[in-house]
Amino acid sequence: MSEMRIIDARDTFCPGPLMELISYMKRASVGDEFELLSTDKGSINDIPEWIKKVGHEMLSSEQVEGVWHIKVRKAK
Amino acid sequence: MRILVVGGGTAGTIVANNLARRLTGETRAGKVRITLLSASDRHMYQPGLLYVAFGHMTPDQLYRDEASLLEPNIDFHVDPVTKFNLDKNQVLTAGGKTHDYDILVIATGSRMVPEETPGLNEGAEFFYTEASAVKMFKRLREFQGGKVVVAVGVPHKCPIAPVEVMFMLHDYFKARGIRDKVQLSYHYPIGRIHTIENVAIWAKPEFERIGVATETLFNIKEVDVKNKLLKSEEDTEVPYDLLIVIPAHRGMEVLETENLGEGGWIPTDRFSLAMKGRDNVYVVGDTTNLPVSKTGSAAHFQAETLAENIASIVKIGAPVRDYDGKVYCFIEAGHDRATYAMFNYQNPPDLKPPSKPMHWFKLSYNQMYWTSVRGLL
Repeated sequence: MSEMRIIDARDTFCPGPLMELISYMKRASVGDEFELLSTDKGSINDIPEWIKKVGHEMLSSEQVEGVWHIKVRKAK
Repeated sequence: MRILVVGGGTAGTIVANNLARRLTGETRAGKVRITLLSASDRHMYQPGLLYVAFGHMTPDQLYRDEASLLEPNIDFHVDPVTKFNLDKNQVLTAGGKTHDYDILVIATGSRMVPEETPGLNEGAEFFYTEASAVKMFKRLREFQGGKVVVAVGVPHKCPIAPVEVMFMLHDYFKARGIRDKVQLSYHYPIGRIHTIENVAIWAKPEFERIGVATETLFNIKEVDVKNKLLKSEEDTEVPYDLLIVIPAHRGMEVLETENLGEGGWIPTDRFSLAMKGRDNVYVVGDTTNLPVSKTGSAAHFQAETLAENIASIVKIGAPVRDYDGKVYCFIEAGHDRATYAMFNYQNPPDLKPPSKPMHWFKLSYNQMYWTSVRGLL
């Protein structure tokens, strides 16, 4: 298993956290894991929705001091 | 002090000109040397490509000679960099030259990579290069009706372009009197129709008004050219008669081969614009890996900040301000109307209703750009 990589998408309105995540996931290998940092409250809904629809794996999500930490794994 | 700027696009040209103006005395006295290396002797106004694709501009209107845009105290060479020796503070060029520096600015931009998606080059039209924009215009001219599908790759330059192209397609086919024979559909990677929430909220009823069908959470996987089908990573597919794609982009190939950043995007501090791990290398424009729009406007504001800071380092030994994430994007809204989105790291865009004066301002800016890139505006 590869090391968990951080994507710092805090305080970003364009391209935004999900677009950042998609960009990294496209270049990743199956099994790669990412921890996305987001201050956009929409991330807690739209990222799991996309992960489920495309068929990747949601590992966890938690909010720490106003920042969402969303962990995912590339599954295909 | 030797300051070397690599890249003669919007960011590199503004950095060089701004520095040259701030450091006139130092360059005249021989204390500072500003060198700009570019891959081309011409400078393109890239936002004009969208107008070329709809026949509103011709390619020759997009270019100026790079040398004509530069301050006279800039040492300019058309000689692309092929190797970065950051540990030795030097770069090597295609022409076989070695350039040593004390401060390096990397502003090499981005490029579309449709070849990375199966079938895209064969099946889709683009407007991100001169040749592709002219080809798209010719396809539009000969198109007599059917399904026009617009889809968006990730990451891409000019995040407003996907929305603008829908309004322009509507206006274009309406002007030709065949709008009723054309079905427009728009397919976007995330869960709303634009990544900026306020743009998505504004554009949704506008799209409904002009009859644009939308599909979200659609990421381009491949094009079945034979059967004219666009397929998504999410296992959906859409038939098309004319496919227009905003392709995925990467940074310049030399940055990948030199291992300076995954995807050709260099890890960059979001405030100082320094390359991570290097205190005398800075990155501006599309080349950064920042979660900021890849647009000329972001490049412009980053370049102004960086030039002011480098000049201050020369004069007082320290930078004076941070880049605040500022971006300002015009949004063409059809019917000769436009609006804009302005935001930074802390403040989301507050979209104003589209107006004709804002459209005229955008058309004026198409010419004012040349003042802007000289570092005067």
